[in-house]
Amino acid sequence: MSAETNSLTLDKSPVHAGETDPPIDDSGHLLLHHHFDDMAQQRECNTLMMWAFLVTEIMMFGGLFCAYAVYRWSFPHAFAIGSHHIKWFMGSVNTGVLLVSSLTMAMAVHSAALRNKKRLVTFLALTLVLGWAFIGVKGVEWTQDYYEGLVPGVQWNYYDTTVHPDHAKDVQELAKEGVSPNAVKMFMTFYFFMTGLHGFHMFIGIILVTILLVMAIKGKFTEGNDQPVELSGLYWHLIDIIWIFLFPLLYLVSGIKGSGPLW
Amino acid sequence: MNTAAIEAEVNHVPQTASIEELEFEPRHHYLNNGYGWKSWLFTVDHKRIAILYLVSITVFFFLGGLAALMMRLNLMTPYSQFIKPETYNRMFTMHGVMMVFFFLVPSIPATLGNFVLPMMLGAKDLAFPKINLLSWYLYIIGGAIALYALTMGGVDTGWTFYEPYSSMYSNGYVVLAIVGIFLAGFSSILTGLNFIITVHKMRAPGLTWFRLPIFVWSMYATSVIQVLGTPVLAITLLLVAAESILHIGIFDPKMGGDPVLFQHLFWFYSHPAVYIMVLPGMAVISELVTCFSRKPIFGYKMVCFSSIAIAVISFLVWGHHLFTSGQSPYAGILFSALSFAVAIPSAIKVFNWTSTLYKGSIRLDAPMLYTLGFIGLFVVGGLTGVYLAAIAVDVHLTDTYFVIAHFHYIMVGASVSAFLGGIHYWWPKMTGKLYPEAWARIAAMLLFIGFNLTFFPQFILGYQGMPRRYAMYAPEFQTLNIFSTAGATILALGYLLPFVYLLWSLKKGKPAGPNPWGATGLEWQTTSPPPTFNFDVVPIVRIGPYAYNPAADELEDQRLEIEEARLKYESRRELLEDQVEKDHNGNGNGNGHSGSVKDSQKRLEENERER
Repeated sequence: MSAETNSLTLDKSPVHAGETDPPIDDSGHLLLHHHFDDMAQQRECNTLMMWAFLVTEIMMFGGLFCAYAVYRWSFPHAFAIGSHHIKWFMGSVNTGVLLVSSLTMAMAVHSAALRNKKRLVTFLALTLVLGWAFIGVKGVEWTQDYYEGLVPGVQWNYYDTTVHPDHAKDVQELAKEGVSPNAVKMFMTFYFFMTGLHGFHMFIGIILVTILLVMAIKGKFTEGNDQPVELSGLYWHLIDIIWIFLFPLLYLVSGIKGSGPLW
Repeated sequence: MNTAAIEAEVNHVPQTASIEELEFEPRHHYLNNGYGWKSWLFTVDHKRIAILYLVSITVFFFLGGLAALMMRLNLMTPYSQFIKPETYNRMFTMHGVMMVFFFLVPSIPATLGNFVLPMMLGAKDLAFPKINLLSWYLYIIGGAIALYALTMGGVDTGWTFYEPYSSMYSNGYVVLAIVGIFLAGFSSILTGLNFIITVHKMRAPGLTWFRLPIFVWSMYATSVIQVLGTPVLAITLLLVAAESILHIGIFDPKMGGDPVLFQHLFWFYSHPAVYIMVLPGMAVISELVTCFSRKPIFGYKMVCFSSIAIAVISFLVWGHHLFTSGQSPYAGILFSALSFAVAIPSAIKVFNWTSTLYKGSIRLDAPMLYTLGFIGLFVVGGLTGVYLAAIAVDVHLTDTYFVIAHFHYIMVGASVSAFLGGIHYWWPKMTGKLYPEAWARIAAMLLFIGFNLTFFPQFILGYQGMPRRYAMYAPEFQTLNIFSTAGATILALGYLLPFVYLLWSLKKGKPAGPNPWGATGLEWQTTSPPPTFNFDVVPIVRIGPYAYNPAADELEDQRLEIEEARLKYESRRELLEDQVEKDHNGNGNGNGHSGSVKDSQKRLEENERER
C-alpha cells in the first residue's frame, strides 16, 4: 500500500534524515510502503518474512513426519505392505513433474530479475501447467485408491475378505507377527494425510502462480519490482522439497517389489 | 544564595506552556487520526491494532474468569451442589481454553508488544502492518468459533484435548473448538513472525542489539517460541480433528494408535507455550523494575541471554508432563534434568531484578507494586516447578491441586500481574491520560492478597492428595476450599477495579504529558498519545535503554524544589511589596497606620532572610 492510497495516513508523513524522492517503478507506481525507510529495508523484510514463514511450514510438516516415524518404527512390516498398495509409478512421475516445475519456477524468477516479460510469462505458464499436472496425477491415484477400498474413514474394505478375497494372504502374514490390519490402515491414513496436506499446499501454490501469471502479463514484475516472483518461487521450492521427503517415505519405504501394482 | 541555587537560576529554562495549555492545541495523534468503526476495523496502525486486541482479550479474560468463578463457587461444598458435574467439566474446559489460547498467549505480545515494540525500535510500524491486522481478524474469528463450541456444544475435554477421549468419546464440538484454536494459533504465528522481522530489520539508526530494551529481547524470544512451536500444535490438532471426523486410528489405542504420541506432540507446543505466557511478563517487569528503581538493569547482557536460554531450553522439557504417562524412564530422567536447567536462566532474571532494586531509589507507584508482586509470585511458582520436575515428587503430585497452584502462580499470579503492571505503566502513553494512582495501588494490593488466598491453600490441598478436574471432593478438604473461593472473590475484585477506573480515566483522567514516569525508553521520547507514525523525526539512538541516573534524578528534584521555593518567595515578595506600597499610600492619605507600614516592611525583611 502506498502512502497515497492509504486513507488513514496523516497528511504529513514524518521527516527522515537524508530522505530522497520515493522510489517508483517504470509506470510511476510508488514501490516503497509507507512505514519503510528505503527499498533495501523493504526487500530484506519481505525476504526474511518468507524464509521465516517457511520455517513454520517445516515445523508443521515436522510434527507429521515425527508421528509417521513413530508408527513406522512400531509397525515396519505393516508399513511395507501399505507402501506396496500405493502406486509407485505415478508417484515417480509426479516427482519428475515437480522437479521440472521447480526448474521452470527458478527460470521464471531469473527472467523476472532480467525484466524479460516474454520469458517470465512462458515459464510461469509452464510452472502452472506442471502444477496442475501434479494435482491431476494425484487425483487419478486417489481415485484408484478409492475404488480399491484403500481410503481409511471413507472407503476402507481392503481387508474385507468378502470384497477382496485375494488380500487374505497379507492379513495372515501380519497375524503371524501379532499385528492387526489396522496398522496398514494407519499407513494409509498417514499417506492420505501427508499427501493431502502437501496437495493443499500445492493448491495454494497454484493459486499464487496464477495470480503471478495474470500480473506478469500486465507487466507488473518487469518494471522494477520482481520480488513477489522471487518469494513465490521460494514457497514453490519448499513444497517441492517436502515432496522429495514424502516420496521415499511413502512410496519407497520397502523398496519397489514386483508385487506392487504399476498403476 | 548557594551555588546550586545559582546554577538552577542560570540553567532554568522558562516554561513556555503548561501541559494543560498544550492539550488545547489540536495535535495529530493516532487516536484522533480518523473516527468511526471503519477507521478502527481497517486500520493498519500497530497502536490501533493493539487497542483492538486489548478490548478483545479483555472480553475473553472476563469470560474465562466467569467460568473460573462458577468452578470456585461449586467447590465451596464437597458435593457439587451449585452446578452439575457435567457442567463443571465444561466450565473448566472453557476456563482453560479461553484463558490459555485467547487470553494469556496473546495478552502481552499482542497488546503491549504490538503497541510499544515498534516505538522501542524507533520504527513507524511493524514490518507487516496488514499481516498484523490479519492476525487480529484470525484471532477474533477463532475466538468466536471456540466460544460458540464451548458454550453451545459444551466441550468437556479440558484445554489439553487428551486422546483418545477427545476424538472418540467426547462430542463433535471438539472439532469446532479445534478450528477456533487453530485460527488463533495462526494469528499467534503471524504476530511472532512480524515481531521477529521487525526486530531484525526495523531498528532506528544507532539502535544496536545491545542497546535494545530487555522488553524487546524477551519479546523476540517469545516470538521464536511462537513461530517454532505453534505449527506443531496446529498439525497435532488437525490430526485429532481428522480422527474425530473420520473415526480413523491415529492416536486411539483401539486402532493401533498411540495416545502418548499425542501427549508428546501436544506438549512439544504447550510446554514452550508456558514460556510464551511468562516471557512477555518478564519483559514487562524488566522495564518496570528499572524505571521505578531509577537504576539501569543489573547485568543487562545476562538478562538478555537468559530470555534466549529460556526459549531454547523450553523446547527440551516437554516430557516432564509425561512422567506418569508411560514414557520411558530414561527419557524421564533426561527431561527431569533439563527441566531443572530452566531454573537457571529464570533465577538469573530474578536475581538481576533483585539486584536492580538494591540501592535503587524505589518509588512504590502501582506498576511497581505489580512488579514486586510478580517477583514474589514468580519465585513461589518457579520453585514449586522445581519440585514438580523431580520425578519422585511429581509421581506423588501429578494431577493434584499442587500442579494447579504451581502453574497458576506462574500464569495468573506472575503473568497477569505483569500484564496489569504493564497496562498501568504504558496507560499514559496509550491514552494520554493518568489513571487514579490511589485506586491503582489498592487494586494491586487486592490482587496480591486475593491471589495468594486463592492459590496457596491449593498447594496444601494438592499435597494432601486432592485431585484436579473433579466436581466433588472428600469432605475433609472443605475448609481450605472455602479459603480458596473466598480468595477468588477478592481476586475478582482486584481485576474488576482496574477495569472500572481505567475506563473512568479515559474521560476524567488528568493529561499525562509525554513522560510521566521520567522513563528513559524511546517510547517515552515521543508525545502521548503518539502520532500515527510514532515519531515526528526518526530518532537516532546514542545510548542503551536504561540511562537512569539517581544522581541526576536528585539534581532534578533539587532543581524543582529550589524553583518552587523561588516562585513562592517571588510571589510572597510581590504580595508584600504591594502591601508596603498600599500602606505607604494609606499613610499618604493621612490615615495614620504607621505601625502597619513597619509591620509589612518587617515581614518583607523576614522574607528576605528566610531566603
